[in-house]
Amino acid sequence: MSAILVDGVVYASWIFLVSVGLTLVFGVLRILNLAHGSLYAVGAYMGAWLVVRYFHAGMPLALSFALLLAGALIAGLVLGPLIERLLLRHTYGRDEVMQLLVTYALFLILGDLTKLVWGVDPYYAYAPYSMLGNISVGTIPYPRYDLVLIGIAVIVGVALWLITNRTRFGRLMTAVIRDREISTALGINVPLVCTAAFTIGAVLAALGGAFTAPTISVVPGIDVTVIVLSFAVVVIGGLGSLEGAALGSLIVGIARAAAVHLFPDLDLVAIYLVMTIVLIFKPQGLFGRAEVKRL
Amino acid sequence: MERHLSLTFSRVATAAAAAVAIALVSLAARAPAAAQTQPQEIKVGIVAFLSGAAASPFGIPARNGAEILLEGLDKGSVPAPYEKKGFGGIKIVPVYMDEAAGPDPITAYRRLASSVDFVIGYISSEHCLSIAPAAEQQQKLTVFFDCGTPRIFEDNSYNYVFRTTATAAVDNIAAARYVFSLYPNIKTVSGINQNYAWGQDSWKEFSAAITSLDSKVKIGSAQFPAIFAGSYSSQISALLSADPDVIHSSFWGGDAEGLLIQGAPLGLFTRSHVVLTAGEPILHRQGIASLMPSGVVLGARGPHGPLAPESKLDDWFSRTYEDRYNNTPAYPSYHMAQAILGLKAAFEKAQTVNHTEHPTNAQIISAFEHLSFTTPSGTITMALGKGHQAVEPAAYGVTKVENGKVTLVDVKHYPVECVNPPAGMKADQWIAQHFPGAKNCPK
Repeated sequence: MSAILVDGVVYASWIFLVSVGLTLVFGVLRILNLAHGSLYAVGAYMGAWLVVRYFHAGMPLALSFALLLAGALIAGLVLGPLIERLLLRHTYGRDEVMQLLVTYALFLILGDLTKLVWGVDPYYAYAPYSMLGNISVGTIPYPRYDLVLIGIAVIVGVALWLITNRTRFGRLMTAVIRDREISTALGINVPLVCTAAFTIGAVLAALGGAFTAPTISVVPGIDVTVIVLSFAVVVIGGLGSLEGAALGSLIVGIARAAAVHLFPDLDLVAIYLVMTIVLIFKPQGLFGRAEVKRL
Repeated sequence: MERHLSLTFSRVATAAAAAVAIALVSLAARAPAAAQTQPQEIKVGIVAFLSGAAASPFGIPARNGAEILLEGLDKGSVPAPYEKKGFGGIKIVPVYMDEAAGPDPITAYRRLASSVDFVIGYISSEHCLSIAPAAEQQQKLTVFFDCGTPRIFEDNSYNYVFRTTATAAVDNIAAARYVFSLYPNIKTVSGINQNYAWGQDSWKEFSAAITSLDSKVKIGSAQFPAIFAGSYSSQISALLSADPDVIHSSFWGGDAEGLLIQGAPLGLFTRSHVVLTAGEPILHRQGIASLMPSGVVLGARGPHGPLAPESKLDDWFSRTYEDRYNNTPAYPSYHMAQAILGLKAAFEKAQTVNHTEHPTNAQIISAFEHLSFTTPSGTITMALGKGHQAVEPAAYGVTKVENGKVTLVDVKHYPVECVNPPAGMKADQWIAQHFPGAKNCPK
């Protein structure tokens, strides 16, 4: 039971980091960003690349976490504003299919750009993962690195809640989420809010990727799996809801861990089973709001 | 009535005339072709993952293997018995295609097949299962070089399709035998395999072989994460809490590397005896091979790489590869070499038997069936699937880390007759019936 709980929370932390950015972007921009997984991949490559270069230079291990963070910030802060200003801005208010196609095209472009920049050979940046050692829960060892992931997820969740509920920018963002036209009429600089929100989303995706990099072999193709899982989390929690992303991640994490430990054959379907059950009873997701369609 | 008959006759006559006309046009179209000079080059489509997660550990080494071998064949620098240039003296022109190319594998295959003489390819078992019927329909001689699912020739019969590597059944039967030879007192076995044809078949065959060899061994939980899932922390903790004597995995590529990165620090590879049936490529991965602990059972899906028997051909292949790519060839490179050399041997046999420089597809297929040919990994025989499926020996070893270098020790070779089911019998039947006819198995 404790193993299910620990595994569930670790998995939830990882998937929360990625899906919270996706839901934030949808909430503000009203765009389901298929390229969110690509930003995760770029973050993973950037983090892994910096760590590999850093260790080749013979630097101390402890600072590698700062490098992972730096990798995520560089990836998110450069790509976020660029993508929003040059591409997504032209799709606001357009048909959803068109928006999906644009972000899908972006997904393909970023996938190829990643290969152009970093090649197809894998990057191994496992030193930060293995250097922290293990802790035991019962008889099962867990990597201490998992605690880092949980810590980052908690910090990100609390920071986002504070920004949204306790800052002026957060209130402006909430206003744009609720009604973009009224917000514009009230004099809110909606384009700036959109750029900022997308950049935060991009940084969060890259952060998820960068801190996952030490646990995996960073290779082309890691963007696909994560985006599918993130969609499931966001749909369970309710599109555009930060609280929903948190609860959705926890539900998905626990459900998956329970399946792995108790019914391994259900590993793949557990998440989508939960999603189906939630949607049957709450079609808008756990924290989603029904919207009035304007004609 | 008369008018009706006359109308019917008239339609029949028109149809017959049209048929004759079409036949004449077809003949006319063919006649000049027959009179044309024969092509001076043979185009071979070569398909492997050149992008995506499977590219770097599998697709690229396979393509690299094709590159050096085809160049060697063109120059005539490949050792005996392949001194003859190209295919029977005819230049080979490779056309490389990414197995991940869209819009879907079958459409991409059809496009490629329409522009080349032969196709060699496919790593994914799913792709092989779907492309075999397409190859048959397109009547294009297609050689599968790496995919492992036994279902291709066990569930179907194909004329235009060949596979020059053994099935996953051979890997897993040999793995089970090897495990018992090293650890005869094991009591529990668990597995972690990818959730698609390759992983499911591999686990089914390994667990069945273990039970067939010793029915007292308990088969524990089987983890089936999605392919390329990346994170296996939950599965690893489930395996650690189950604490089996043996953990079987047919993980390959980035997944196998991810399992090593995540599992090694937690003691997964030291608390249980871990068997990686397709783990040999990790030894060639600079930057991660050092994570491999001692005591891991490694397979190379045949006697390839460090498990290959010594020969001039293997010397040439591995040396040429290393000179070009600054790394030693992993088993996908060897599998690719097997496919190219099998096709070359069949082509040249068809030339000799039929006294022609340009044998027809039917002549090449006939020559390929039941053919035995030399490869850097030893002799391959197309003994199963009515002569379309290869049988291969198998080999396993255990990792030993010394001075930071990983080598394979306690290597055992399993001859063809020990680990391959006889013709006409499915692998799972052979396993269930306790391997009737198996012989010469090492202790």
